[in-house]
Amino acid sequence: MTQAVFWALIGMALVVLGLYALIVHAHLLRKVLALNIMSSGVFLVFIGLARRTPDADAPMAADPVPQAMVLTGIVVAVAATGLALALIVRLRALTGRTTLGDDMGD
Amino acid sequence: MLPVLAAPAWMLAVVFVPLAAALLCFLLPRRAVILGLVAAVLTAAVTFALTLEVAAAGTAHTLLGGWAAPLGILWRADGLSAALLAMTALVGVTVSLYAAAYFRDDAHARVFFWPLWLLLWTALNALYLSADLFNLYVTLELLGFAAVSLTALGGGAAALTGAIRYLLVSVLGSLSYLLGVALLYHSCGSVDIGLVAACIPDAPRPASQVAAAAMMAGLILKTALFPFHFWLPPAHGSAPAPVSAVLSALVVKASFYLLLRLWLDVLGGGGRWAAELLGLLGVAAVLWGSVLALRQERLKLLIAYSTVAQIGYLFLALPLAVAGGAAAWTGALYLALAHGLAKAAMFLSAGNLLRFGGHDRIAELDSAVHRLPLTLTAFALAGVSIMGLPPSGGFIGKWLLLKAAFAQGRFGLVVVILLGGVLAAAYVFKVVGHAFTPAARERRLRTVPPGMEWSALLLAAAAIVLGLTLPLISPLLQVGAAPAAMATAFAAWSAA
Repeated sequence: MTQAVFWALIGMALVVLGLYALIVHAHLLRKVLALNIMSSGVFLVFIGLARRTPDADAPMAADPVPQAMVLTGIVVAVAATGLALALIVRLRALTGRTTLGDDMGD
Repeated sequence: MLPVLAAPAWMLAVVFVPLAAALLCFLLPRRAVILGLVAAVLTAAVTFALTLEVAAAGTAHTLLGGWAAPLGILWRADGLSAALLAMTALVGVTVSLYAAAYFRDDAHARVFFWPLWLLLWTALNALYLSADLFNLYVTLELLGFAAVSLTALGGGAAALTGAIRYLLVSVLGSLSYLLGVALLYHSCGSVDIGLVAACIPDAPRPASQVAAAAMMAGLILKTALFPFHFWLPPAHGSAPAPVSAVLSALVVKASFYLLLRLWLDVLGGGGRWAAELLGLLGVAAVLWGSVLALRQERLKLLIAYSTVAQIGYLFLALPLAVAGGAAAWTGALYLALAHGLAKAAMFLSAGNLLRFGGHDRIAELDSAVHRLPLTLTAFALAGVSIMGLPPSGGFIGKWLLLKAAFAQGRFGLVVVILLGGVLAAAYVFKVVGHAFTPAARERRLRTVPPGMEWSALLLAAAAIVLGLTLPLISPLLQVGAAPAAMATAFAAWSAA
């Protein structure tokens, strides 16, 4: 197993773990955390696999482009987390609930 | 080195006019309405200029900052982009007029509506122009955040719950898409659509197949295809009327567009079994969405479930298109355009009825037809397009699909297409019928500004007129369409 595949598999494990937590936990904060773990997994896959681009001269040279992209992805994830937390705080202030309720079978 | 290409100025204006206006609206909240209206008209004008340019001179390109493809970001406007941009502009400018009247008495909502709505429009336009998988991810997220914030605009518990569920689904869909982008980058070393499309047939198979599946799954979730439609009705049903119109008419189309773009331009238009699977989900969506629409007691939820059903039609077209080619693609796109116009008109009409009676319970819409004749006309005309009766845009779309289904001997799909139309007629007439019954008792009713009635009617009329403009729009959709050679390459790739 090459190093790239190792990190990609770790990333996929994080994605699956996050997806599982997103589905089973009702508390919204846990759902937000689960999404953050999922995005970390995706970023890890992106960075890990990009260490071995097909036409790179040195086979293990780091490719800077995915790092720039993942940086953008992190900004997006931070924005998503901020928006979600603001909405959750507001929902709790209004209703006292921190779950979506079971009206749609979450 | 850099060729000077047609219409780059229009392409930049299409994105930067609404973006600049959104920031100005945010900085100058007291002038937000007038700034927003001016920006809406300007954005629509530059979009139509770009559409005409694409129709006349073919696909337009621009390189952002002058950086070329492997590293730089390419913007590309072909016929498909131009048609969706034009539909967005028409709905956008009308919804803006409507919103100016709708939010007149609500200072809080007005201050937040305009910047968010213009940002949403920016994200839509940028998404339709991007030819770079990662840039598409960013626009997809921008679109999602603006849409979620607009959903929460009402501020009530229902709106917040709908918005949070929408946000979770939207981020999950984007992450799945991004995972696909990561795997494709690994295979191809680029995120430019053209370069990735060229490399896909030779790419390592499992990686690119998993990438395609992850991207498609994410986009299906965001497009609310059955059984992933659960988040749509609460979000679309609880938002203010202009927001519901934008969400149902435009935002859902953006992820469908992206799915189509991937299918046609990146994966080359083949993929028989994936198309059959999505077609089957589309069939389920048409039937399930229509039946649930029929069972709703609130008008906005009825319209939202109708969106679930109409999305089903877009996917039902996939197996026909993959097997039969151009006519079914045109049919699906036509349905997407017609649904955008008609559904916006329906939600705006529902907003008028809600404003007028203070509620949207269908059984108590009595006498609305005497007080709001224009609104009811708009609703009924939009209903004609949703049902697929001639001469509406919806009719042309369904007709093209029916023709393809007959030609390929897919009689099961013929039955579903027709049955969906009958069910649509049932739920549209359920509303119109209640609006015609005489009032049981007099209630205190609010007046509806004429601007709100006329804008709904304008969109409904556009949905009808769309059916008469097939000779104009069909060639536009063909501009820059993927070459057939690529389709055969993909067929070989996916069969192996």
